[in-house]
Amino acid sequence: MSPKKQTGKGRRNREKIIRFFFFGVALASITTLFLIALFLFVEGVPIFKVVSVSDFVFGKYWYPTDDPAAFGIFPLIIASIAVTLVSSVISIPLGVLTALYLAEGASAGVREWVKPIVELLAALPSVVIGFFGMVIVAPVLQEILNIPTGLNLFNASLMLAFMSIPTICSLSEDAIFGVPVELKEASLALGATHWETIARVIFPASISGICTAVILGMSRAMGETMVVLMVAGGAAMIPTSLFEPVRPMPASIAAEMAEAPFHSDHYYALFATAIVLFLFTLAFNVIAEQISHRYRQVGAATL
Amino acid sequence: MENASKMSVQNLDFYYADFHALHGISLDFHENQVTALIGPSGCGKSTLLRCLNRMNDLIPYSRADGKVMLDGENIYDPNVDVVTLRRYVGMVFQKPNPFPKTIFENVAYGLRVNGKKDKGFLREKVETGLKQAALWEEVKDRLNDSALGLSGGQQQRLCIARALAVEPEILLMDEPASALDPIATQKIEELIHELKENYTIIIVTHNMQQAARVSDVTAFFYLGKLIESDLTETLFTRPKLKQTSDYITGRFG
Amino acid sequence: MNGINHKEGVAFRRRFTQGAMFGFFRIAAVINGAALLVVVYFLVARGWRAINWTFLTQPPVDSMTKGGILPCIVGTLCLSVGAIVVALPIGVASAIYLNEYARPGRIVRIIRLGINNLAGVPSVVFGLFGLAFFVVYLDMGVSILAGSLTLGAMTLPVIIGSTEEALRGVPDTYREASLGLGATKWQTIRSVVLPAALPGILTGTILGLSRAAGETAPIMFTAAVFFTPSLPTSIFDEIMALPYHIYVLATAGTEIEATRPLQYGTALVLIVLVLGLNLIAIIYRSRLRKKR
Repeated sequence: MSPKKQTGKGRRNREKIIRFFFFGVALASITTLFLIALFLFVEGVPIFKVVSVSDFVFGKYWYPTDDPAAFGIFPLIIASIAVTLVSSVISIPLGVLTALYLAEGASAGVREWVKPIVELLAALPSVVIGFFGMVIVAPVLQEILNIPTGLNLFNASLMLAFMSIPTICSLSEDAIFGVPVELKEASLALGATHWETIARVIFPASISGICTAVILGMSRAMGETMVVLMVAGGAAMIPTSLFEPVRPMPASIAAEMAEAPFHSDHYYALFATAIVLFLFTLAFNVIAEQISHRYRQVGAATL
Repeated sequence: MENASKMSVQNLDFYYADFHALHGISLDFHENQVTALIGPSGCGKSTLLRCLNRMNDLIPYSRADGKVMLDGENIYDPNVDVVTLRRYVGMVFQKPNPFPKTIFENVAYGLRVNGKKDKGFLREKVETGLKQAALWEEVKDRLNDSALGLSGGQQQRLCIARALAVEPEILLMDEPASALDPIATQKIEELIHELKENYTIIIVTHNMQQAARVSDVTAFFYLGKLIESDLTETLFTRPKLKQTSDYITGRFG
Repeated sequence: MNGINHKEGVAFRRRFTQGAMFGFFRIAAVINGAALLVVVYFLVARGWRAINWTFLTQPPVDSMTKGGILPCIVGTLCLSVGAIVVALPIGVASAIYLNEYARPGRIVRIIRLGINNLAGVPSVVFGLFGLAFFVVYLDMGVSILAGSLTLGAMTLPVIIGSTEEALRGVPDTYREASLGLGATKWQTIRSVVLPAALPGILTGTILGLSRAAGETAPIMFTAAVFFTPSLPTSIFDEIMALPYHIYVLATAGTEIEATRPLQYGTALVLIVLVLGLNLIAIIYRSRLRKKR
């Protein structure tokens, strides 16, 4: 074999090894995800020796430290769903409208200022928003509405809304920007106003991306911990009004983990709660993924 | 050029931010005639076309100086409503750009945004538009199918039908056949020939044979300036300027 | 010709609708700006008095009712730098694989699914995972190491995302030119693609750093403790951290009302750190875009 060919072969082998190395590292994310699921199950499943899956999920009483203890997380699940839904009532319109403003309404100059504001809003640490809700918003709510505590479902939802707006806004904006400019021009050239163009062409063409954005925003709200830990009030009861204290799943986990003895039933129950939370957010993500995958092809006609 | 002047560009300058794209253009477009704008890429022909329905308003930091008179009214007058203007000055784009809607809804779009809701009226107008665009026979049985399922040539005729349905008076066409195969191109050219009975047509093309085939008047642009305009026959056979003859004989461009 | 003048032009209703809708857009944007402004205003207005040299350079004293927050600042710096040390190499390598080596197909789809889902895992779940895996199973104990690894796992999707964006921004002509000169793929990546993508990667790193600095739930059970008077000497030490300190003082301290100024001060230090890092990234990125 000639020397030329030999070095060629060595180089090819080296390239293969490098490629394989990168492939291996790229598996880190999925491995981590797998490990997370694995450890949640390993540490969470033992609780089902004490309580059945349906009693755990649908049980109405969460008294983990009583004797005998009650491990029913239904109130926590309802609380998580409630804060997610109430917050999305606020965050969806604000997020999508802001995205429309950034993508269509604002001039280039204004955009350059508004976009960083949304990014900075996204950057505010959750503990700071929780702190703000606790020391500033709660007393105001308590005063104005004359209720026993300002730490409640509504306050938590309001704070969560401002945490999910940036997610909804920036992903929606990407979707709106993705609509081919040709479609916009076609509509304007037919004598539609800018708003009619948005309502009839741009919005319908970007709706799947906006749905994905909304779902990911809701997922973020449901998984957010510090805000609900500090602001939701902490009562493990099914709420009957907007202004009652609640205890969403992340709050329960974060508040109790430090006190739960290692490998006690309480400890297992908290991991099992995390499994439920994990499955919820996983479901949100999978739905978002499906929507964006299925409806990717809208827009410019293919020749 | 015995027909009346429908649209008249008077000393028009156009700037993209710092770039001076059009230099003092003056040009008349006549009723029931096809005017072709030709020239090498970047010469400003498309920019001029997009000034005629103020589509360039969309470009940030752009500016137009001068007048474009439409039936005696300056379309750059501050009182002018661009939305109404664009109803009268229709446009067909380089790439077919149907909306991701049904064939019917594509053609009905312009009428709907203008507040027309009556089903019978819409059906009638959609049919007229599609017939004018010579597409009716091919799509009449599948009006509720997605427009994206049509071939490229059909899509472009659909875009023409869509523009015609709002009954404009002027039709701007920006290289309408450049993305199409020769057969589809021929259909579009025949269509242009028929449409000039009722419309004032202004077409940008980089294909000189096409300009020669479809237009009555041709204007030649170079580096943002109008070099020469004349009856198509005259311009292609006896151009007055050397620059023009160089271009049409293919010596540069 | 019906006239193209405003007065007789488009129906009043259409223009009104347009104006009203654009008004709504603007109001939504203003509400976001106001929210940011209000939060920052209250923290600055009520926190700036707490901040002085002692506050920044001394440990807390008298059961954390007086003194400073030096251990928290040091702890947060250790944790966020630690998180980046973990996430940056893995994230950049993952992005290189996805953008430079991988061919579209099932494997890539699965990897992306993993990254997207990892990004969606709630922070408290990361905390539990860190506790079960790093602290207990790998026996690292509550330590900087365990906290950094947990935060690193959480920051990974941020780094991968911004690195991929940076790599996509490198024109293909660069790659073709290098390959055309006989360079191997790896040589091309190392000497042409990565240098060109470096500014974008750097921006992503800053954002990852700020994200890690602000997180609380992942470090609650893995790294941070209520109180430790001494500064860490090794990566196996437990530490205090700014976000956790705010939480502790505001909810579990013995003198919640008395320590209010300290809470505001700590929160102010944290947002100055986090928003500062973000501003640097934003300004740096907009400069880069202008240069292109």
